[in-house]
Amino acid sequence: MMYAIGDNIVCGLGFNTDEVYSSVRRDISGVKRCEGTFGVHEPFMASLVDESMVDDVFDSLHNSRSKSLCRDYTKFEKMMIISAQNAIEKAGVDASGRDFRFILSTTKGNVDLLGRQNTDSDRVYLWRSAELLSEWFGNTNIPIVVSNSCVSGACAQIAASREINSGTCRYVAVVGAEVLSKFIVSGFQSFKALSSEECRPFDKSRTGLNLGEAAATIVYSSDNEENKGNFAFCSGAIRNDANHISGPSRTAEGLFNVLDTLTENISSEQVAFINAHGTATLYNDEMESIAISRSGLNEIPVNSLKPYFGHTMGAAGVLETIISSRAANDGIVLGSRGFAQSGVSCSINISNMTKNIPERGQAPYFIKMLSGFGGSNAAILLKRVL
Amino acid sequence: MMEIKAYSRITADKMVVNGSTVYSSSDGENINLTDLYRHLGIDYPKFFKMDNLCKAGFLGAETIIRDAGMDTVTPKKDCDIVLFNSTSSLDDDIAYNNTIEDDANYFPSPSVFVYTLANIVTGEIAIRNKIMGESSFYVLKEFSSSIIYSVVKETAQETSANAVLCGWADFLNNTPDVLLMLLQRTDDGKIQFTAENINKLYR
Repeated sequence: MMYAIGDNIVCGLGFNTDEVYSSVRRDISGVKRCEGTFGVHEPFMASLVDESMVDDVFDSLHNSRSKSLCRDYTKFEKMMIISAQNAIEKAGVDASGRDFRFILSTTKGNVDLLGRQNTDSDRVYLWRSAELLSEWFGNTNIPIVVSNSCVSGACAQIAASREINSGTCRYVAVVGAEVLSKFIVSGFQSFKALSSEECRPFDKSRTGLNLGEAAATIVYSSDNEENKGNFAFCSGAIRNDANHISGPSRTAEGLFNVLDTLTENISSEQVAFINAHGTATLYNDEMESIAISRSGLNEIPVNSLKPYFGHTMGAAGVLETIISSRAANDGIVLGSRGFAQSGVSCSINISNMTKNIPERGQAPYFIKMLSGFGGSNAAILLKRVL
Repeated sequence: MMEIKAYSRITADKMVVNGSTVYSSSDGENINLTDLYRHLGIDYPKFFKMDNLCKAGFLGAETIIRDAGMDTVTPKKDCDIVLFNSTSSLDDDIAYNNTIEDDANYFPSPSVFVYTLANIVTGEIAIRNKIMGESSFYVLKEFSSSIIYSVVKETAQETSANAVLCGWADFLNNTPDVLLMLLQRTDDGKIQFTAENINKLYR
């Protein structure tokens, strides 16, 4: 068990968790139509973070820092630093300590630098992003990058729990970050995975996913100091389908094995809700419904937050864990925006309405589930503290 | 306690399996992964679709899994794959970027894009050998036997895996840098899985 003692979200809906969560509660989505953005020919739907706002917020942090840290940071680097600094301030801990480690969760980092001239050649490496993050806080422990496709955000939290449970560290900051670029958007377009309208997870008329940019941070601690914890991480599992590199298993083998492991010691009545990956692609949502159904978890309310944020890849697991924890503490299950009629073959409990958690006292747990390329599947079991 | 049942090492000019050189490139040339594949007598047509990182990782895994006589047909929930590198999927990122950079020559390809994720190599190895335990990919600035040791040890402890395929799989600038190890919970006098031994096998 480890405790989340500070968190932050930087995304299209705001620059801190309260602001972002309050927008979601008011059913505001960050997803918008983008035309000509990044020099991509076809229009696409995405939740972008305003670059001038990132610059302004970053400059206010930057001024209070030493000259040695002055350099031209990229949007990706600025977002991850803003998010980490805000979360660490909330946690009220010293991020330069020997007992503190950074874990960065990202798939593509600064990949858009590949198309540009005159940049430091090492800035495109994911480890360099993590190093810049640690350096900003004066932390000298080697940072770890988790790059496990779209399940990275759950894997990074699992890696943090192993660091903490083994006694290697007392605090771990899990920072998930991703920005969009011509590289990423054109790739998803080539896969014909993008929807031309707002995505509709699990719905009959779903036509694909929306992309999104975000940086999200959770500072985990080995103990619940002064009851500062917002939620607790209980356990996690990562399993491979061993089936296909870009399509999920038809029998949901990997995700079923994940859920089977995760719910070994608890009953389904104890789980308030499952926050699914819910990308709104035909195959992903169908596979998730099979995994939930095979695991006998059909009665548990299921939702997807992708219509609010788009698919933020390496940041998704961190961002969606934070929003789900706020909802769990408030005793509610957020609705799946845009869902009207089930378009998956298994009967699972999806709703477009935000509802109170029934039998709340009996259901302190919630599950965050993810699936991605390379046959990877992951989920984590979390517990509310309020 | 886990032991290193078998290991393979691929560098710029040769491949070594369990301490014996199984293939060397011609003088001064960098190793060609397709030549290596043919030399090893492997029959797996999917190999030709893979990017360089996957090819290098696949060959590293293939040799030691065969050498250890591991069952590759039965689905295995008790085997994990934990890999590390420094350049992520940069070799294929550059290849994909070349297909989109120039507007006059804009042909984004899904079969190139899919390999722009570091962990696809773990998926390719999992598919080939029906490995259904944990699969994880981590990126570090440089090879670190102590981090590899501690992350793999913690992983196997949590998943209770009986076997782990783990190590370093990197490829950039026509140069593979691979050290793959097959760990098993046996006690037959093989090499113990320790940070010191990982370092010896890499250097």
